[in-house]
Amino acid sequence: MPEIKVTPLGAGQDVGRSCILVSIGGKNIMLDCGMHMGYNDDRRFPDFSYITQNGRLTDFLDCLIISHFHLDHCGALPYMSEMVGYDGPIYMTHPTKAICPILLEDFRKITVDKKGETNFFTSQMIKDCMKKVIPLNLHQTVQVDDELEIKAYYAGHVLGAAMVHIKVGSESVVYTGDYNMTPDRHLGAAWIDKCRPDILISESTYATTIRDSKRCRERDFLKKVHESIERGGKVLIPVFALGRAQELCILLETFWERMNLKAPIYFSTGLTEKANHYYKLFITWTNQKIRKTFVQRNMFEFKHIKAFDRSYADNPGPMVVFATPGMLHAGQSLQIFKKWAGNEKNMVIMPGYCVQGTIGHKILNGQRKLEMEGRATLDVKLQVEYMSFSAHADAKGIMQLIRMAEPRNMLLVHGEAVKMEFLKGKIEQEFSIDCYMPANGETTTVTTNPSVPVDISLNLLKREMALGGPLPDPKKPRTMHGTLIMKENSLKLVSSEQALKELGLNEHQLRFTCHVQLQDPHSDADTLHRIYTHLKSVLKGYTIQHLPDGTVIVESIVIKVSSSAEDSNTKVLLLSWSYQVKTWTLFLERFTLIYNGVLPGG
Amino acid sequence: MAAHLKKRVYEEFSKVVQIPHEETPAKKLRLSKPSKSAALHIDLCKATNSTDALQYLLQFARKPVEAESVEGVVRILLEHYYKVKSCGYFFSPFFKNRVDKSRIPSVLKKSQTANDDDSFFQETDNSVRLKIASLLGLLSKTQGFSPDCIVDDAINTLSNEKSHQVLAQLLETLLIIGTQLPESPALRLRLVEVAYKHLSDTYFGVRNKCLQLLGCLGMVDAPLGKENEGAGTSLGGLRDVQSIISDYFGDQDPRVRTAALKAMLQLHERGMKIHQIIYDQACRLLTDDYEQVRSAAVQMVWVLSQLYPESIVPIPSSNEEIRLVDDAFGKISHMVSDGSWMVRVQAAKTLGSMLQVSPHFLEQTLDKKLMSDLRRKRTAHERAKELFASGEFSSGRKWADDAPKEKLDTNTVNLIASGACGAFVHGLEDEMFEVRIAAVEALCQLARSSPSFAEKCLDFLVDMFNDEIEEVRLQSIHVLREISTHITLREDQLDTVLAVLEDSSRDIREALHELLCYTNVSTKECIQLALLELLKNLNKYPTDRNSVWKCLKFLGSRHPTLVLPLVPELLSTHPYFDTPEPDMDDPAYIAVLVLVFNAAKSCPTMPALFSDHTFRHYAYLRDSLSHLVPPLRLPGRKQVYGLDSVDSGPGSGSVESAQLFLQQSLNRVSTIQNLEAPGAQDLLDLTTRDLLRLGELQTELAGAADFCATYLRCQLLLMKALQEKLWNMAVPLCLKQNVTATAAAQQILEETYKLEFLYSGLESRQVATIHHVRLQAKALQLVLTARTRQGLDLLIGSCEKFLQDVESFQRLFLTELPHLQDSFVDKLLELMPRLSSCKPVELVKILQTTLRQSGLLQLRLPEQIHRATATIIEPTGESDNPLRFTSGLVVALDIDATLEHVQDPQNTVKVQVLYPDGQSHVIHPKPGDFRKPGPHRHRLITQVYLSHTAWTEPSQIEVRLLLAYSSSSTSLTSPSKLGWSESLESLPPAEAAVEGTIPFSKAVKVFIMPKPARR
Repeated sequence: MPEIKVTPLGAGQDVGRSCILVSIGGKNIMLDCGMHMGYNDDRRFPDFSYITQNGRLTDFLDCLIISHFHLDHCGALPYMSEMVGYDGPIYMTHPTKAICPILLEDFRKITVDKKGETNFFTSQMIKDCMKKVIPLNLHQTVQVDDELEIKAYYAGHVLGAAMVHIKVGSESVVYTGDYNMTPDRHLGAAWIDKCRPDILISESTYATTIRDSKRCRERDFLKKVHESIERGGKVLIPVFALGRAQELCILLETFWERMNLKAPIYFSTGLTEKANHYYKLFITWTNQKIRKTFVQRNMFEFKHIKAFDRSYADNPGPMVVFATPGMLHAGQSLQIFKKWAGNEKNMVIMPGYCVQGTIGHKILNGQRKLEMEGRATLDVKLQVEYMSFSAHADAKGIMQLIRMAEPRNMLLVHGEAVKMEFLKGKIEQEFSIDCYMPANGETTTVTTNPSVPVDISLNLLKREMALGGPLPDPKKPRTMHGTLIMKENSLKLVSSEQALKELGLNEHQLRFTCHVQLQDPHSDADTLHRIYTHLKSVLKGYTIQHLPDGTVIVESIVIKVSSSAEDSNTKVLLLSWSYQVKTWTLFLERFTLIYNGVLPGG
Repeated sequence: MAAHLKKRVYEEFSKVVQIPHEETPAKKLRLSKPSKSAALHIDLCKATNSTDALQYLLQFARKPVEAESVEGVVRILLEHYYKVKSCGYFFSPFFKNRVDKSRIPSVLKKSQTANDDDSFFQETDNSVRLKIASLLGLLSKTQGFSPDCIVDDAINTLSNEKSHQVLAQLLETLLIIGTQLPESPALRLRLVEVAYKHLSDTYFGVRNKCLQLLGCLGMVDAPLGKENEGAGTSLGGLRDVQSIISDYFGDQDPRVRTAALKAMLQLHERGMKIHQIIYDQACRLLTDDYEQVRSAAVQMVWVLSQLYPESIVPIPSSNEEIRLVDDAFGKISHMVSDGSWMVRVQAAKTLGSMLQVSPHFLEQTLDKKLMSDLRRKRTAHERAKELFASGEFSSGRKWADDAPKEKLDTNTVNLIASGACGAFVHGLEDEMFEVRIAAVEALCQLARSSPSFAEKCLDFLVDMFNDEIEEVRLQSIHVLREISTHITLREDQLDTVLAVLEDSSRDIREALHELLCYTNVSTKECIQLALLELLKNLNKYPTDRNSVWKCLKFLGSRHPTLVLPLVPELLSTHPYFDTPEPDMDDPAYIAVLVLVFNAAKSCPTMPALFSDHTFRHYAYLRDSLSHLVPPLRLPGRKQVYGLDSVDSGPGSGSVESAQLFLQQSLNRVSTIQNLEAPGAQDLLDLTTRDLLRLGELQTELAGAADFCATYLRCQLLLMKALQEKLWNMAVPLCLKQNVTATAAAQQILEETYKLEFLYSGLESRQVATIHHVRLQAKALQLVLTARTRQGLDLLIGSCEKFLQDVESFQRLFLTELPHLQDSFVDKLLELMPRLSSCKPVELVKILQTTLRQSGLLQLRLPEQIHRATATIIEPTGESDNPLRFTSGLVVALDIDATLEHVQDPQNTVKVQVLYPDGQSHVIHPKPGDFRKPGPHRHRLITQVYLSHTAWTEPSQIEVRLLLAYSSSSTSLTSPSKLGWSESLESLPPAEAAVEGTIPFSKAVKVFIMPKPARR
């Protein structure tokens, strides 16, 4: 039985460092190539030695697909392609291709320039790596090679996020990447057609959450910000530069405009401007509202949001600052947090998920004293709010996607093990399909039952169709006659004559004969004639021929009469028919007729 | 005329071409009309190959065909279809499809009896045959043509046809024929039979069309009765149409499945009762792979749920049963989260009309957290609620509240919404605003029928006020207003609602004001909040003044007890100290007063809290803004009270008495038989005055009273003009009188146009009366012309014109003539033969006597008659600050006006700007500038652009609204419906259209100052 094997190198029962290996129909595909936020050592990248100890990855992988530009999905890309060595095709969508290098460069700068790490990829490597990328369009089927094809679907989540449908022959896998089933202020909802894959690999960040309606969330968020501003406090919103940041910017921008507020909103600079530029460009990837109104005004051209300068953090008066990164583990957001943490008028709003070990995670869990580097402690007096704005599907969204795609098996990645366990139970119970949740390095094997395509000649099909009833019923199998020819890796169903011709074989005819003894005083010819007339009267609608050479032919059955040697009254009836089921039954039927008809009273 | 000429030329042309054609003696065409059919035939004969023929057919299809020549055309088309031997090229070896002769259409046989041994071949090119088939369908649609004569031919053609596409097209033709002839059951039976025969075709299009045929023509009347009589047996046991159609629910082609569902829906629409068995099949199709199928299936399920709401269906995988409508509701709710947005819209819309659904199902649609299928544990409802309250799922609003707790019987919780769970939560959050709007509308429908549901959906609707698309916001505000009778807003909800008052869109703000008019709030804080926000709004957008005041008026009268404790604060009175008197012109202060006074109306203790100046302000506002400030019973204000009681006291009885008075006045006037009768003038004068006053007092009757008064004034003017004794004097002596008479005639003419176009609700009888007055005025004019001017040519011209007018009057009001007994026209028409032949001088004489002798035509009042009025709200004309702008450039002036009882304002209402130098501009507002806030009410919000050369000092321009009319556009004169454009010109020339405008609003003065351009 053919199998599909899935091995997560990262993101197996874990969030971050997404990297999943899939072997399907003899092809090896890597899905995402991310880094882990929580580590600063080797563990931050996937363990590529799992694939090969030495030598280039190109020989072992057929292609690499990146679902979106978040670093936990593409952070290890230059490392893998340039440092470990991979020259095969890399697929990503157009926006991802545009924005990904900006983020990688930023990541590189922080690691190398700020932390002073060596043995890290260089800017040139990022450029080289991006040259290997082949862009994807939505719903475009791309043929990686003769057998492997991939197709991207809209995934919401961030600009350019895609789900991929990977297909080899009739086996297929769908990898969702990160996705969002509820539309938001700038992105639409994920959508996939009923592709019925063998495995659906889905993220499960919010496996146990069912979020409130987004309107409540938005309202709460705006209310909290507004109240804090009115109190004269400063609001810090740690975000990742791209994704939620733009969502919240649009939200605040429209709110500011509507309420006519004057307090400044800042966005920490750097990559944002470049990235915002791409947001303005890729309008087709956004939601209905932005697509419809961008002619009048592009929503990403902010009026109230200005660039942030480090010195502004000490300015008096209320302000709202978006700062990176989103989990308060480093960078500007952490600096600002340290500055503002002491004042209870201030507020920090965590709009998304925080990985364990980050400061964000700690303060959300209620820690009020933080140990900073160098043994210093920090009192956290400011208000800490959590507002789930991450654009991940919640439990209900995951279920909805399963319903949309109708997979045969389910595989959960990118989530915490305990929560996955819960969702797994739900899925198995609700859809009665198998659900897997492999840990990193653990291989899941799913046997498939692929259908084998066979070519059939049109003539044969038409002929068989004419024989049977009016229309083929798609739900009921039907038998047909034909010859299956296996030749050069392809299967063909043709009519027997054509098969003979193609294979250069002679046709052999198989005929059955049978002797029947009759008591009849008439001469041979007479008997035959009597049989002939009788048949004629009984079998209406069949062609019955009386040939001059003393035979009667009913369709393909030949009847001959000869007197037996011993008794001239005993006639021997010779019947002969070819090997065909239909005629066989016809014969039986007919024979009884003959028997009954010719012999009066017998 | 041009068209006539063209037609003639065309006819001649076709005849000319036909001559060479008739040289072939074997061929004889019996054409009823040598028009289009002949031309087509020739074209087709000329065609040497199928491409040409196709071209000719395409050309032909662009022109309409007269009903009488349709049959000829059909014959020609069929001839071509079969390639009847009439043109040489058919004997090419390519045309091999010999056709069974017995199946040749009967029409053809008729024309081909002469040469019996003709060979019939079918046209080989599929596209030509296809086009012919489609043309047959098109032709059978021709008005006035009964297609029953071509049915046989079409069916015969069908049986010969090999190409599937042509077959489908022919079936389409049959469908058209069938729908054209709904009265013939025999034909239907035949067509249905044909459809059955081709249902097993392999091409989806053919199956589609067959199903369509069955849907449109299948027997609606239960075939049971017929079968008992033996009629159905002739078809070999005709199966039930429904079961046959439902067989195709499982077809392999999605288009056929859709067609089957649609056919079934069609049957339902035609009144056939769909069997309940279909329900299961339809439900299965809800999960189809194709969106059209799902969409149709949603409709089908809905139809069945309306047909059998109370039947019981079992729940699969459990042994319980529920009502069908509940089951269907659950299934359709499920479709709100479908993958295709078309289906989602369909589902959301459908949900709104399922009013029979059980309340607990309804409530589930708003519950997202309620994941389990409630149906199965209805008994454990309470337990279930606790379970959710204990928080199995995190809401995502607090960090880490989703840390897994001990497992609480997880088996009972299903994540996927297998019931109606959260359908609306989904719908309202949908990506496509179409779905959201549909969901909002559905919510509205359901909430209107269920108060408890209305209460529950309130939060969701309020949330929708923050939608990113204005249309959705507006819609949800409207919806909330509609259901507001059921609900009371809480403070936090009101807070969200009021936040929208800052919206920059005027529509939204006004919708919200409207909503606040109808809202109930619970506490006095709410009132205060609302007032504060409204004042903020007023401050930010001063143009909202009227709307805000009106809103506060209702807010006050709805919640008197809540306003009471707020009064001292609102009026800033103090127990010991006198506070400064607020500025009376401050709109915000007026707003507060409006709120307080309206509350005081039903709260007699309130006036005790007023300070002195409040009473003074009351008196002022009661006078200036009487529509906003109600009469109050104030202590020590007897005279006010007395006056007010006149207005507020009389109820409906007064309307009746006023009506009676109106009628009596008219009756009194009708006693005037002769215009010259003594005292008639005084009576008319008096009655006119009475009526005008009545109109002021009784607003309900203002239209009618005005109408009558104007009419009587016309009569009076006429009377005065005629009664003058000076008529007998010599012309030069009465020059002055002539001038007044001419002026009177002119004025009467103008008034008649006002009468005709300014009032809505006129019946043709009144219109006839008005026209009659107009005719009299014209006659008067004619007489005066004859007396003053000597030019005979001119006189002859005007006489002719007058006679034309009389004729057209007769034509237009033929049915009304019996009511015009003894009137001017009546007499005139008697003398008509004489008039048309006599000399102008004689005519004038006759007119003069007839005019003077004819009696007063009695006016009969129609049921409802309203005068079109317009009020310009903005600009107010009070501003002393001139609008300054550079001369030569333009300045935009905002205009805001309400129009009442104006029909079709988009085309009739114009804005006139009158400059001090006499220049006047008429501006036609865009259709989008008109809004319709209520019945018979329109709102015009537009901008007009002003420009002028430089002035030395500011001056006033006048802005007013005009009602444009054109006498040709009245409903009476316009012919019912114009068919082909050619026929328009064959109509008798209409009465020369008189176009003009009537000013129907007060002019507003605006100060402007164009400055010279600075260099």
